[in-house]
Amino acid sequence: MNLALIIEWIIKGFVLTMILLLGFAYLTLYERRALARIQARIGPNRAGPFGILQPIADAVKLIFKEELTPAMADKLLFLLAPVLTVVPAVVITATVPWGVKPFTLFGRIITPYIADINVGVLYIMAVASIAVYGIVLAGWSSNNKYAMMGGLRSTAQMVSYELTLGLSFVSAILLANSTRMIDIVEAQKAGWFVLLQPIGTGIFLIATLAEVNRAPFDMPEAEQELTAGYHTEYSGMKFALLFMAEYTKMIAISAIGATLFFGGYREFWFLSNTVFSVDKTPWLGPFYIFLKIVILLFGMIWVRATYPRIRYDRLMAFGWKLLLPLSLGLVFITALGIILKDQVDPNLVWIIPALSILVGLFAVGMLDRVLRRKDNARR
Amino acid sequence: MRVVEPVIELVRGLGTTFKMMLEKPVTVQYPEHKKPVKPRFRGRHVLKRYDNGLEKCIGCALCAAACPADAIFVESAENTDEVRFSPGDRYASTYEINMLRCIFCGFCEDACPTEAVVLEDNYELSFSVRQDAIYPKEMLIEPAPAGSLTSPQKVQPGLFTRSVPQMKDPQD
Repeated sequence: MNLALIIEWIIKGFVLTMILLLGFAYLTLYERRALARIQARIGPNRAGPFGILQPIADAVKLIFKEELTPAMADKLLFLLAPVLTVVPAVVITATVPWGVKPFTLFGRIITPYIADINVGVLYIMAVASIAVYGIVLAGWSSNNKYAMMGGLRSTAQMVSYELTLGLSFVSAILLANSTRMIDIVEAQKAGWFVLLQPIGTGIFLIATLAEVNRAPFDMPEAEQELTAGYHTEYSGMKFALLFMAEYTKMIAISAIGATLFFGGYREFWFLSNTVFSVDKTPWLGPFYIFLKIVILLFGMIWVRATYPRIRYDRLMAFGWKLLLPLSLGLVFITALGIILKDQVDPNLVWIIPALSILVGLFAVGMLDRVLRRKDNARR
Repeated sequence: MRVVEPVIELVRGLGTTFKMMLEKPVTVQYPEHKKPVKPRFRGRHVLKRYDNGLEKCIGCALCAAACPADAIFVESAENTDEVRFSPGDRYASTYEINMLRCIFCGFCEDACPTEAVVLEDNYELSFSVRQDAIYPKEMLIEPAPAGSLTSPQKVQPGLFTRSVPQMKDPQD
């Protein structure tokens, strides 16, 4: 461990943080523009061409807003909570690889990822669960019952859906036979894991929405019931930090989803064996993963524009009674498929998507039946 | 296929919102593009003039009487042939409309015997001081038509004796 290596890490970390923070700013613009288009509006287009200066205007406004601390709030925790929320959201992307081929810069060989640790996925799970603390502390230290309820709801929801999220990671880990992110991406050379485990990917996407408190699972921030949830009492820069954490988490979780199920920095399937393949032109890797992140983020915004908010008890029931057993079943199916592939015939790997879709449809059917029965009982 | 039905419904919902994206936004870029108002739109009042440049308003204050919000204040003074503002005996020496009170009902327009006050297209009424909400006559009166004198005028005696013009077919 020499000084140059430490400096390299610091610079890479700084660059990644800057990308994430800039990404957060422009994600807000992206979301507002996309939502506006879905609602047949234009969206912010006044500050600069196409509104590209809008995030800067928002940031300046937020910085100069009055910082307010409620009278009976726990001052230290009130200050600490936004920091505790934003730090995991930023550091979570450290293990996401943006490419694999090292490049040379100023005579140093630099790898296009921050940390290539062999427990990359576990690291993500660990950091993701820290984010809960910030939110529950924000809710608790505000000395406001609505903030408290929002914080508690958020915590319960995140803890519940984390299990499902973790289990959907397990399918990817099993398929790649490694928890190292680069191995997982390289294992998707032949085909993205979304093809092998479509239902697992779907569960990941749903659990992701719940994990980052996005619509239709944005109960912690349900404006109509809880004013704004855990960040009711926050203003100025502290609010900006919580806001930043939320959107940075969206980017981070999209990056993770792109890496685990959509081939990460690898090219789109129709570009393999062409000159645009990552093997031939490695500098396209970051571009590909960026594109995938943008597409996944659009999915999140699209879902927000489409579906109404789910009732809180339904949300918990959905998480515990449907998604968790289903993802457990999918882990079992994935393991079964891998054993069959290794022991009997490599083509039997396609038993995984087939069985998964069957089980997924069965689960949807059961859910539909239960809801219909409830509906009939009410009539 | 009852099992697939809920999934299809969810996807159809997504499709509906996606279709909206392809539609043209309904937003009007306001200060640059202004939508033309409807023919009967009631915007800011305008005090009209005759073609010869004399004011139509004769200071009768019927508009003020008709105003349900009590927004109009009229004070009249005598015309002379030396200093003539409007045909007939009297003209409005003060004509003020309080735009904070006005409800743009158009009753003043209906009450006016000479069709002097008309609610026209201008809807861009803004002010930052309450005093500015009171629009005096200078702001309300339209400029004199091109090529004619403005009021007050020096006219021949005995020419403008009628305050209310003779209308051939007074329908409205």
